[in-house]
Amino acid sequence: MNQIRLSNLYGGQLRLWENYQELASWIFLASWSIIFLFFSMIPAQAKEYDYINISNPYLHKTPVAVTEFKAFSGHQAEIDGGAHAMHILKDSLDFTGYLKVINPAAYLSNPAQTGIQLGQINFKDWTGIGADLLVTGGIEESQGQVKLKLRLFDTFNSKLLVGKIYTGASSQIRKMIHMFCSEISHKLTGNWGVFNSKISFVSTVKGNKEIFICDFDGHNPKQLTHHKSISLSPAWSSDGQWLAYVSYAKGKPDIYIKNMGKAPGFIVNNEGLNISPDWMPGQDKFAATLSFSGNQEIYLLTKKGEIIKRLTKSWGVNVSPKFSPDGKKIAFTSNIGGTPQIYVKNLETGDVKRITFEGRYNTSPAWSPDGKKMAYVGIEKNKINIFVISLDSGPGTPVQLTMNTCDNEDPSWSPDGSLIVFTSNREGKTPRLFVMTAAGTDQRRLLTLPGKQSQPYWSGSTSSENL
Amino acid sequence: MKKKLWMNLMAAVLVAGLFMTVSCAKKTIVSEPTTIEDQAKIEAEAKAKAEAESRAEEARIKAQELQDQMASEQAQAEAKITAAQNRFTNQNIHFDFDSSELSSMAKTLLKEKAEWVTDNPGVHVTIQGHCDERGTTEYNLALGERRAMAAKNYLLNLGISNSRLISISFGEEKPLDLGSSEEAYRKNRRAQFVLK
Repeated sequence: MNQIRLSNLYGGQLRLWENYQELASWIFLASWSIIFLFFSMIPAQAKEYDYINISNPYLHKTPVAVTEFKAFSGHQAEIDGGAHAMHILKDSLDFTGYLKVINPAAYLSNPAQTGIQLGQINFKDWTGIGADLLVTGGIEESQGQVKLKLRLFDTFNSKLLVGKIYTGASSQIRKMIHMFCSEISHKLTGNWGVFNSKISFVSTVKGNKEIFICDFDGHNPKQLTHHKSISLSPAWSSDGQWLAYVSYAKGKPDIYIKNMGKAPGFIVNNEGLNISPDWMPGQDKFAATLSFSGNQEIYLLTKKGEIIKRLTKSWGVNVSPKFSPDGKKIAFTSNIGGTPQIYVKNLETGDVKRITFEGRYNTSPAWSPDGKKMAYVGIEKNKINIFVISLDSGPGTPVQLTMNTCDNEDPSWSPDGSLIVFTSNREGKTPRLFVMTAAGTDQRRLLTLPGKQSQPYWSGSTSSENL
Repeated sequence: MKKKLWMNLMAAVLVAGLFMTVSCAKKTIVSEPTTIEDQAKIEAEAKAKAEAESRAEEARIKAQELQDQMASEQAQAEAKITAAQNRFTNQNIHFDFDSSELSSMAKTLLKEKAEWVTDNPGVHVTIQGHCDERGTTEYNLALGERRAMAAKNYLLNLGISNSRLISISFGEEKPLDLGSSEEAYRKNRRAQFVLK
């Protein structure tokens, strides 16, 4: 990240033009805001990024054209770098689930030859093929160093939305493109998106289960543990410094707290189970299920494993604690009512509310990052599937996101709330990681690895690079 | 001169030949009675030896028979012990879906296991709780523990010392049957008994 120098394409001479554009953008958005006010309670603070409403943008994907990269010097390394960058850019925009990259065969002009800047683009060529957005790219390469010039245009308003220049080693093209995709996401949705996020998961290695981590799109999978045992349930602290997970490395299920820097780690190894850790947002405390009392109860612990307090009290099973994004509530699975169901405890008042009422088996709660929805796993007629319910005004009606695709479990939301990663054995009965939009559309495999994958955990950026 | 020398040599050879002939004949005559004597002795000895051998063989067979009988009795006893131990470790108790309740069949088996543990004071037992693949990883870890605990508590109530019993849950991590049929699920929902 440090090695990439970033500069803004808006120069001084563009300031006036930019101001004009800003005004036009406000008029455009003000009209949208008014329409929105009729239908929802979205406050007037809706800013310039209401191009795409991230909460349900998937019914009509926004078409975007991505041009070939202009190679300024034209030598082979530059052309290859440009092709590589364009490939990553297209894949990343498609990955969002709310953008659709238009097939280049339809393109009427080629900005790589005619120019990639605002004055050089004929926007009618792009509106004519249905592109609402246009991304152009240029590349300069010299002795392994590249400069990427990237622009996002609103084709209907002939307007530059984002322009950035990135310079760095050519090995960092992937990172630079993802930084620009974050800019695009922020401009369109108000959220920086998934491009800087990581997914931890469990994968078998020679029959043992180990903890892995990969980029948001399944690239760069890396093995984090080497216990040669059963390792489960990875969970990252919100600062990305601490990884908690469960391992049978010493014969029974204990919780391992691992620092990604140089700090020493901790092991929580009470008698009985030590399982299902989840970090409190913004704190170095976590909740976990311990069974030394004879019952599986949820406790709040320091990162060293010292018990702060017990959070549940019942005769039965209490597992899978998940803090709400604001840290004020905790969701968990309990069979106190006879069957496993999901409950939410308010940590300030102590109130406990059951939130699932349909079916006899509902487990694995996962809060959406805005705290308004809960994804979970339900079993009906022997089929394991992922459901989501709204929490806004009391528990809503469950919406089934997966169906007729064998077993689907372990939902985890992307940090921007637009996507859900999960485990499915729909391909040859082998559990693998899949991704879908929060509305259940665009279900696709995340990555290809030998063995079986499960228990994905989507986090913000982590310090796992230090390993 | 030369001729005289040859004559002497010839004479010497003849005399020497005569001597050798005489000595051989004499030896043959002398040794004849000794051979007869030896043969009688050897025959007697052989007879005695054969009788001794026959007696030893009889004794050996008797000992062997006794030993075989003992070994067979021991083997039978050992087989019985092994069979009892195998029955203890191989006979799992089974549970219904999402349940850690002991069925009457499970209780019968646990009583038998308690007897065996009582008869074998040296042994320590690990009770593993397992689940089928339906359900979710973390909930199944808890459910597996409740199954192991249910079996352990039953044995404790039958008087087995707590210090001889350890319970551990493997959730759905170690299925016996990798299939996805009802039969496979039934086999996998179990408490399993392992000797330390």
